[in-house]
Parts: sequence; structure tokens; C-alpha cells
Amino acid sequence: MPGPLEFLIWCTGFVLEVAVVVCAIRAHVFRRFLPLNLYMAACIIGDLVRLRIFFHFGFTSKEYFYFYYYSDALLTIVLYLALISLFVHVFKELNAEKFVILGAFVLLAGTAFFSYLVIEQSTKLLLTRFVVELSQNLYFVGLILTYVLWGAILKLRETRAHLVQLVLSLGVYFSLFAANYAIRNLYPSVSPLAIALLQFLGCLLPLAWAYAFWRIPADARLQPARLATAVSR
Amino acid sequence: MMAAIILVCSLILMLQFFVSYCRSLIAACATEQLPLEVQEVTGISVAASPEDFSRVVQLLQLCPERPEDRGDLRAIGAYYRLLGFVRTTIARAAPSLKSWADRERSQCTYFAAVALGRRIAFSRNLLAQQMLP
Repeated sequence: MPGPLEFLIWCTGFVLEVAVVVCAIRAHVFRRFLPLNLYMAACIIGDLVRLRIFFHFGFTSKEYFYFYYYSDALLTIVLYLALISLFVHVFKELNAEKFVILGAFVLLAGTAFFSYLVIEQSTKLLLTRFVVELSQNLYFVGLILTYVLWGAILKLRETRAHLVQLVLSLGVYFSLFAANYAIRNLYPSVSPLAIALLQFLGCLLPLAWAYAFWRIPADARLQPARLATAVSR
Repeated sequence: MMAAIILVCSLILMLQFFVSYCRSLIAACATEQLPLEVQEVTGISVAASPEDFSRVVQLLQLCPERPEDRGDLRAIGAYYRLLGFVRTTIARAAPSLKSWADRERSQCTYFAAVALGRRIAFSRNLLAQQMLP
């Protein structure tokens, strides 16, 4: 049963998710980063439904268990698609959007197939194990893709400050989640602590995105050449 | 084995993103000219010394805090400590890494000096607002 601290973290995460959408609308960038905002909207809806199931069926119920893992897998796929939309932003000028989208779907299908290969020996709860495995693998694939995207940003001298901040925060978020899942697989004894930490880590992405939309003007620019080499005055 | 590889890769890449984030903060301030009073009080005009960071941070703590730069300063402070750790451990074997770490640490000091200038201006504004009838 979640205690007051878990509930507080949940509330904080929920408020931050709402703040991302509100700040994006206020900064007039809601449509520019539509997939990211749709992901946040999906998180808000997911949280509300989870809360309803929690109060209706209880924390240890089958309904909560299934909804939690299935919605988590769906949200991870939506976040993956949001990451691909950032790729499209960066590669738009090269007219390479079609290749990016095609590559993304091939990679998603490949990750799903790999996840199936990992769990195919399981006899019980095959589909549930599959969605959990898929989520974990997608976090790692997302991390690698974010790193590739960051390399492209530096190479193509992308200057939009919003884009730079969104990609960097996504990179930190994916790496924290991938590391968390890896620790849980390596040391199952620390799993309860890692799961508790996961909820806190979940607040970091909406916090960073809300900050980016709230504090950074829509047309602000950075000089990525200065990031690629040593910063010099 | 797979989980261990994922863990190591995740931690290395997270560090990489953190460093990039800090460098993006520093890059945004690198072209900013220091106000004359900050130059006088810190002794920094064009290039900052890597060792002056804690002194500039002490001066920063004397000024009223600006909520806008609290998070950035914390991140740069952590980056500075990370660079100090790299300098005293891994960089002993690679002199080029040591000079890179020193260059980065001096950029951190310059960032703190720019933040000091902003805080002084912020304090002046606060005072001016209080003096208004």
C-alpha cells in the first residue's frame, strides 16, 4: 500500500505533467512539440485512470497490476514516438523525415521481436512479461537513440534552445530509467527500493520540460559549436 | 551480463548528457561581459582561474538569492566537483585531460562570476523598488 510519501510524489508528478502542457500552451509551442505534449496528456489521463482503479479495486488488485504494466508499456511507446518527432525536427531540413520514421518503426518492431525472444520460454503470464520486457528494452533503445540525436544536434549545429534542452533532459531520463531496470535485474534484492525510486525519477522529465517551456523563450538560440569544442571566449 | 552492460552504458551516457547540459549553461554565459564591479571584486576580467570558483561562490552567497539561477548554479557546482575528481584521479595518467579539466573549471568560475553580476543587479533593483515611495 503506498504511503503518504509515495502519494506526495505521485501528486508532484501529476502537477508537473499538467504544468508541461500549460507552459507549452503559454509559450505558444504546444503545436510545435505536439507529440511531446500528447505524451504528457497521455500521462495525465493514465495517472487519473490509475488513481480511479486504485481507489475502486485497491493497490494489490489484478486490475491495478494489469493496468499499471500495460499502460506503462503504451506510454513508453508514445514516449519513443515523441523522441522520433524530435528526430524529425532535427532532420527536417535534410528532407530525411520519411527515412527517420521508417527506421523508427523498424527499430520498434525489432525491439518487440527481441523482447518476445527473451520471454518466449515463460509459460505463465506471457503477454504481461512481454509488455514489461518491451518497456525495459525501449528505455535502453530510447537512450541510444537520444545519444545519436544529440550527436546529430552537435554535427548539424542545431541552435534551438528548446530542442537542445528537451533532448538533454530526455537523455538523462532514459539513462536513469535504463540504469534502474538494469539494477533491478542485476540485484533483485534491491528491487523494492529501485521501484520506489522509479516514481521519483518519473517526476524529472516533466520537471525539466516544464522548466524548458516556462523559462526559455520560444525563439532562444544556443551555439552548439561551443558545446562540440572547448568553450572559448 | 546484458543487464550489467546496460547499466554501465546508461551511467556513462547519463554522465555525458549531464556534462553536455552543464556545458550548454556555460556556453550561454561565455560571451557575456562581466560588469566592472564584479571584475574589481573578483579580480576576473577576461579569463578566470580554475581555483577561484569557491571564492566566487562565497561572494555569491553574500547576495540575495535569485530563484532563476539556483538550479543552474547547483548543476555547475556539481560539474565543478566532478571535474575536480577527474583532475585528481583519471587525469593523472593523461595530461591533456588535466588541461581540459582546468579549462572547464575556469569556465565554471566565469559562469559563477556572471551569476554574481546578475545577483548584484538583482539586489540593486530590489533596493530601488523598496526606496520608491
